[in-house]
Amino acid sequence: MPKVYVVDREGVEHELEGQPGWSLMEIIREAGLPIEAACGGCCACATCHVYVDAEWLGRLEEPGEEENAMLDSAFEVRETSRLACQIRFRPELAGIRVTLAPEF
Amino acid sequence: MAVEPIRTDIVIIGAGPVGLFAVFEAGLLGLECHLVDNLDKVGGQCAELYPDKPIYDIPAIPVCTGQELVDRLMEQIRPFRPTFHLQQQAEKLSRTAEGRWRLETSAGTVFEAPVIVIAAGAGSFVPRKMPLPGAEAFEGRSLFYVVRRRDDFRDRRILVAGGGDSALDWVLNLEPIAREIALVHRRDEFRAAPDSVARMRALVEAGRMKLFIGQITGLEGRDGELEAVRIRTAEGTEIRYGCDRLLAFYGLKMELGPIAEWGLNLERNLIRVDTEAFETSVPSIFAIGDICTYPGKLKLILCGFHEGALMARRAFDYCRPNEKFVFRYTTSSTELHKRLGVA
Repeated sequence: MPKVYVVDREGVEHELEGQPGWSLMEIIREAGLPIEAACGGCCACATCHVYVDAEWLGRLEEPGEEENAMLDSAFEVRETSRLACQIRFRPELAGIRVTLAPEF
Repeated sequence: MAVEPIRTDIVIIGAGPVGLFAVFEAGLLGLECHLVDNLDKVGGQCAELYPDKPIYDIPAIPVCTGQELVDRLMEQIRPFRPTFHLQQQAEKLSRTAEGRWRLETSAGTVFEAPVIVIAAGAGSFVPRKMPLPGAEAFEGRSLFYVVRRRDDFRDRRILVAGGGDSALDWVLNLEPIAREIALVHRRDEFRAAPDSVARMRALVEAGRMKLFIGQITGLEGRDGELEAVRIRTAEGTEIRYGCDRLLAFYGLKMELGPIAEWGLNLERNLIRVDTEAFETSVPSIFAIGDICTYPGKLKLILCGFHEGALMARRAFDYCRPNEKFVFRYTTSSTELHKRLGVA
């Protein structure tokens, strides 16, 4: 099974099973890591905000206008900020590493 | 001054889809409902988070948007004349001498009812606060997340944060009375009414306000009085903007709020109920929709509808202890037709 690496807010890295076809948010939530995902994954909030490791950023599709607009309501938004519900996991993303953004 | 309580059958906390449909099920049994919601509109998450998103799993409605679902529910419950108490949070719950519930809201509304129904979803929507160290000290004095009194901003040096309609509307509204006003947003694109954006840009053009593209990184001041805000611009430079009012719009978040203190059996911020009547560990307090939990629970709107129907059946016994319950169908009952206003 391809792996996904997630760094939690305490800086601890977790190795998760990457289920192809699932969103990154779903993979993180299923593993029991603290990701709020208030809207359930329909890109209507910003509570699944993550930072994608720079070397992986280019391999993802660009965020859409809707995702960008939702990131407006996030805090500490960086160049590498994405909403985990908008990243669909596929085998080519095996090894991707993301960090959970601060909760507020 | 003692407020005269509103006496009713059921107070429903939360005017989302499940709270709305509970009005229908209660109404068929002749029970009157009042609803409390912290938002300024009905519909809960459907109206606030995803009004334009399609929903495909409402029985017999192949597709409708969040807002359409809310509009249809409002139409369906109209015969039962529910009363809405918006922009207030259910706060204090106690028992009266007669054994009814007494519920007070943050706006001072007081209810007395034999039954309380919690249909609060993931909690009430409250403004998302800035997670900056020390921000709390400024809250309510020089840092605000809502405008309660416009005059608090008169002759002030104001910084507004955000890129949506709230931020833009308040910039335009406060500009005439402000000593100085500026807007900070993380990117040079705004998700707001195009006319508001155009008017804001015209003010910037005319030198009547400033626009910063960047993010707030720190607050300066003392004794709750803001003196300056530090901003990291999109280009990466740090600037310091002198101001004495900060109005921040980072959207809303959901939190359980005072309900958590009511002594109900909670499991991970969800309320444990039985599956016969969706009653909590406290008799005559019910919980339906996303906020309740039981073995096998699914957070689906349609499950919340079912929970409301069974809740209403049991609520009837609390509200009408001297009446015998009769189960009737809307297809055939003239009594129900009268209540629905179609007889």
